Amino acid sequence: MSSQDGILERVGEIMADTFDLDDFKATRETTANDVEEWDSLSHVRLIVAIERAFKIKFSNAEIERLRNVGGLVDAIASKTGQTA
Amino acid sequence: MSDLAWLRAPPPDFRARVNALKKADGGAEAGLELLRLAAYRLDENQLAKLASVAKAISGKAPQFTPVKVALIGDGTLSLVAPAIEGSGVRHGVLIDVVLGGYNSVVQESFDETSAVHAAKPDLVVLATDCRILGLSRAAASREAANDLVDAALTRTRMIVERMGKSARGGVIVQTVPPPADPLFGSFDRVEPTSPFAMTEAFNAKLRQWALSGGIVIADIARLAASIGYERWDDPRHWHASKLPFSPDFTPAYADVIARLVGALRGKARKVLVLDLDNTLWGGVIGDDGLEGIALGQGSATGEVFLAIQNFALDLRQRGIVLAVCSKNEDATARQPFREHPEMALKEAHIAAFQANWTDKAANLRTIAETLNLGLDSLVFVDDNPAEREQVRRELPMVAVPELPDDPAYFPRYLAAAGYFEAVAFSAEDRARAELYQTNAARAELMSSSSDMDSYLRSLDMHCRIGPVSSVNRARVAQLINKSNQYNLTTRRYTEAEVAEMETRPDKLMLQARLEDRFGDNGIISIVIVDTKGREWDIDTWLMSCRVLGRRVENAVLNTIAGYARSHGATALTGSYIPSAKNQMVRDHYEKLSFTLTETSESGAARWRLDLSQYEGPDLPMRIEADLAEVEEV
Repeated sequence: MSSQDGILERVGEIMADTFDLDDFKATRETTANDVEEWDSLSHVRLIVAIERAFKIKFSNAEIERLRNVGGLVDAIASKTGQTA
Repeated sequence: MSDLAWLRAPPPDFRARVNALKKADGGAEAGLELLRLAAYRLDENQLAKLASVAKAISGKAPQFTPVKVALIGDGTLSLVAPAIEGSGVRHGVLIDVVLGGYNSVVQESFDETSAVHAAKPDLVVLATDCRILGLSRAAASREAANDLVDAALTRTRMIVERMGKSARGGVIVQTVPPPADPLFGSFDRVEPTSPFAMTEAFNAKLRQWALSGGIVIADIARLAASIGYERWDDPRHWHASKLPFSPDFTPAYADVIARLVGALRGKARKVLVLDLDNTLWGGVIGDDGLEGIALGQGSATGEVFLAIQNFALDLRQRGIVLAVCSKNEDATARQPFREHPEMALKEAHIAAFQANWTDKAANLRTIAETLNLGLDSLVFVDDNPAEREQVRRELPMVAVPELPDDPAYFPRYLAAAGYFEAVAFSAEDRARAELYQTNAARAELMSSSSDMDSYLRSLDMHCRIGPVSSVNRARVAQLINKSNQYNLTTRRYTEAEVAEMETRPDKLMLQARLEDRFGDNGIISIVIVDTKGREWDIDTWLMSCRVLGRRVENAVLNTIAGYARSHGATALTGSYIPSAKNQMVRDHYEKLSFTLTETSESGAARWRLDLSQYEGPDLPMRIEADLAEVEEV
């Protein structure tokens, strides 16, 4: 399992927690359009939870650039120095 | 303490346990599991999860009081709303937050058809922000600074006044943390036009307002200061989503609001139960002996334990009852209290002393019974993690703070947990801890008296019955919200509602005080009567359990009956509404010669007393009724 896969799995868990979904599987292609509970408010909660879990901070510009879960995983990987 | 360090980290199966609870049928056991889950250090998502299940089983968990709270204010508050609901569980209240619209607090408070008005909330929480209040940028002149502070206050007053129309339980207003970044530097505190000085001036005015009883304060400025202004304020989140403070502190903020709501509903804790060995002194008295334990000036460890004792004494000074629960021989446990010169705590400070080899949960039960208080009034402090676990498992209603290895930090953990949150402080609070000692003395006298009546006469009791007014309103409201056992209807009214009833011609509101040869018990009984028509209905009748069996209820009835008769009433009616805790007053009206007129399946009963037939018994006390003021209002 590459470190990117590990991050994707952890992000999926955090998303399930944030959106309160019991059977949720995140892929790199998942976007806010695919998850009903993923609105602008829960997005803030998601970012906060991700920052806490990975002990990182995103700038607003970085957050605005994110398009899907894959982008989020890459950003986490680069911030935690785990780029594949 | 911004990370709620007095709570344990949640277990890995937290989600599964919450989900399991969702499927449960409710009942007392579900309520206990809810309490166990709330006692973890939950993040904002876990708090939201807990809130959702709490709502699902609400009504089925009798130990919680439901409270509807309108949350209004500046910036994005939707993140904290579910966190406040989840945190409420920790403080004995099932909070249902009605969230105001984004940045429309003024409009919504003026529009009586808005959602926050329509919801008829019990309480309002007003969360303002210095940036929206206009206090975050320096003023052009001192006059302008004054005007800005006044404008911020006027805006706040308008909102409070408008919302007060729907929320009769009152309004909680938060103090405003000053901007984190200095403008002049140290001179900020001196220069009235600085944002720092303006927010401080605004907060000072809120304090004056709260002192006069108009609002209840949530001191968020103090919370932000404890955490550190620079950590509290996060410009990134303000610019991106108008979050008023860093979301890292959502759980800490929510707990502060929830404990205030709990305190307003009488859920604050009342008793501090202390372990002895390695909690009040260093070492084990049974092994180390009087000379071997670490306590007092001269050694760092000794001073640490002295500071813990002094902290307990400070709590006692403000009315928190102290008790001891220790695994020891009784005589050994008492020896330091009697003989160690450095002990700040004396036996006389301890209202219940349980030192034996029985398990701590059983001893905590005994302490609650001795003091005539519920287990949910207790906070248990013990350095031993195994003892803490045993108590948490058996008695989740007892608050058990997690403690660090270093006892130097025990007082900080205990203080930060906010178990003893108060919304008012009276002379009676100050004297309360003393009362529990004199009660023990009365019990001793009773065993030496040959019969009940001569015992009561020997107490030299003096019962004074009078109206409720601003001088005693805070205590009256406190009793209305705290009394569970001797309470016929368990109807809760806030201080604001009590004030309103004082002015109503169709309400008779009485408070009774009892003095005896051991001291003044203060206000111990409250009765509210609807005086419409010829049959007056008793809406509320409650009494403090510390004067149980003293025939105060007869004295109160004699007074009401006499007053009612002289005002043309022909009968008194009253209800008994059963709750989880008021079993002891099921026969209250029967004992007072009322006749049963109605019963319902829920166990509720209606009672009636024909005033033309009523003759009050002779009572072993002097009764002084001062009801002239009641007639005037």
